[in-house]
Amino acid sequence: MTATTRTTGSADTAAVRRAISSTPRPPRPGRLSAALVFGWRGMLKVKHVPEQLLDVTVTPVMFLLLFTYLFGGAIAGSTSAYLDYTLPGLLVMSVLFTTVYSGISLNTDLTKGVVDRFRSLPIWRPAPLLGSLLGDSVRYVIAGTVIIVVGMALGFRPEGGFAGAVAALALVVAFSFGLSWVFSVLGLLMRSPNAVMNAGFMAIFPLTFLSNVFVDPTTLPGPLEAFVDVNPISVLATASRSLMAGTPDGVAIVVSLAVAAGLAAVFLPLTTRLYRSR
Amino acid sequence: MTTQTPLAIEASGLGKSFGTTRAVDGVDLAVPAGTIYGVLGPNGAGKTTTIRMLATLIAPDAGSARVLGHDIVTEADTVRELVSLTGQLASVDEELTGRENLVLLGRLLGYSRAAARDRADELLDAFDIAEAAGRLVKHYSGGMRRRLDIAASIVVTPRLMFLDEPTTGLDPRSRNQVWEIVRALVAEGTTILLCTQYLEEADQLADGLAVIDRGRVIAEGTPGNLKASVGTGSLQVRLLDPGRRAEAAELLERSVGPVVLEADPAALSAVGADAERAAIAVAGLAHAGVPLAHFWLQQPSLDEVFLALTGHAADEAADETSPTSDTLREHAS
Repeated sequence: MTATTRTTGSADTAAVRRAISSTPRPPRPGRLSAALVFGWRGMLKVKHVPEQLLDVTVTPVMFLLLFTYLFGGAIAGSTSAYLDYTLPGLLVMSVLFTTVYSGISLNTDLTKGVVDRFRSLPIWRPAPLLGSLLGDSVRYVIAGTVIIVVGMALGFRPEGGFAGAVAALALVVAFSFGLSWVFSVLGLLMRSPNAVMNAGFMAIFPLTFLSNVFVDPTTLPGPLEAFVDVNPISVLATASRSLMAGTPDGVAIVVSLAVAAGLAAVFLPLTTRLYRSR
Repeated sequence: MTTQTPLAIEASGLGKSFGTTRAVDGVDLAVPAGTIYGVLGPNGAGKTTTIRMLATLIAPDAGSARVLGHDIVTEADTVRELVSLTGQLASVDEELTGRENLVLLGRLLGYSRAAARDRADELLDAFDIAEAAGRLVKHYSGGMRRRLDIAASIVVTPRLMFLDEPTTGLDPRSRNQVWEIVRALVAEGTTILLCTQYLEEADQLADGLAVIDRGRVIAEGTPGNLKASVGTGSLQVRLLDPGRRAEAAELLERSVGPVVLEADPAALSAVGADAERAAIAVAGLAHAGVPLAHFWLQQPSLDEVFLALTGHAADEAADETSPTSDTLREHAS
């Protein structure tokens, strides 16, 4: 106590004052460019934590291997026949699973306080939300590409060729863009990222299995078949399958896009409202 | 719009409830432009909620406020252009590097890519975080994170800055660095609203001060007259020779006031000492040939301020129905 050394801050006061005074205010950014900056933020996160992509690609790849080799023969007679049937569906599943992570990352942001900073900025209000979903779309594309590439390594050859595979991927990503607003709302309502994950997968898991992703619904009991037929995930899987096969199913494609637009129309305004008031 | 605003913040009757809790219950504030205004209060007193309303993050459900002449509800967007916020939780992105955080904000404020990078580098240098610029913020020390947080708030120099407990949890060196930065900001013309739990921090920085308790302003003034209203501090003395403590106690009792003998056999303190009486008392000790190891004048603590102003200790303010509050009160008095 007797020999107290007084430590003062080492921040260079002159430099601090220079940095404070040298700022002419730039003009406000446009709406789109603000959203794109948030998209860039999403990309940076993937760059720093590439493992988060593993989370969303490993599960579908596991399902692909499991279903193809364990059940493929029993379900479709041969593994290669089953792969042709199930791969377009697994593409749907892998990308839809990724949408849950949009809600999780939004919730994580909210628990960290960085959202307060964004909300105190003079920017277009929906920009952070729109931007992070733009960033997430890149993850959807990566998740979908992984599934298609692994499928092709296992012998999957789409009739529709490269163009068919790209079209199927584009459709699934467009659908996910609409669906992800549902998980954004969940992300804004739930208390923790873990709760969002549990609730999200509790919804998306049964919905994916109770669709035509893995089995032909005509083999199912009547009421279940009826449900599977109207499940939008079935419609999307049908559309994806038709595009990969080179025989686009116009109705399924239009219905898929309409469902996506409908989800966005309801949940996007809800998301912006909740984001503002939380 | 006038260029000279006499008041940076004028709030009247500002209120906000969360469920059945009245977090802020009619706060009036008048903060002169170009000053540091302290809002002092314990946890849960309503400081953060007040700041969040003034920074347009949440809307008040009672009263109104103007920030730099603009209404916080109807002109929220204009207010956002003029203020910035450094929250209690560090408002930086932990998953990004320090540099990325600043570039991100620069871009969001309208800088071109190159200009945002230049500005980020300038701030990183000035705030002594250049070395850690490429590291993820979640690996930063508390002090570095705070400095980055403040740097992020001045990517464009704000006219008004909200600082919510900027030094809570920091070591003394980091705390001094933050204080230096705050002083530099005011010197360059920014008004600062500083929320703090520490009387010392308010004393060091603030020109004016409001004490908040249970969502209301219970006292206002300068740190000096607030402390004066609370009562004087105590003169703390440590002797070289513990054997002469009785003699010293007698002298101090005569020239200052009631003496407390500390657990340390060489230490004692006299309550009710202002600077002048303390000086006379210390001179008296020297005159009597009682050798001193050291002495200092201790300011009243936040607890003492609260006790004097509210009749209850600071740490129980958040929970008035607590069954232990009576015991605490007895304990404190």
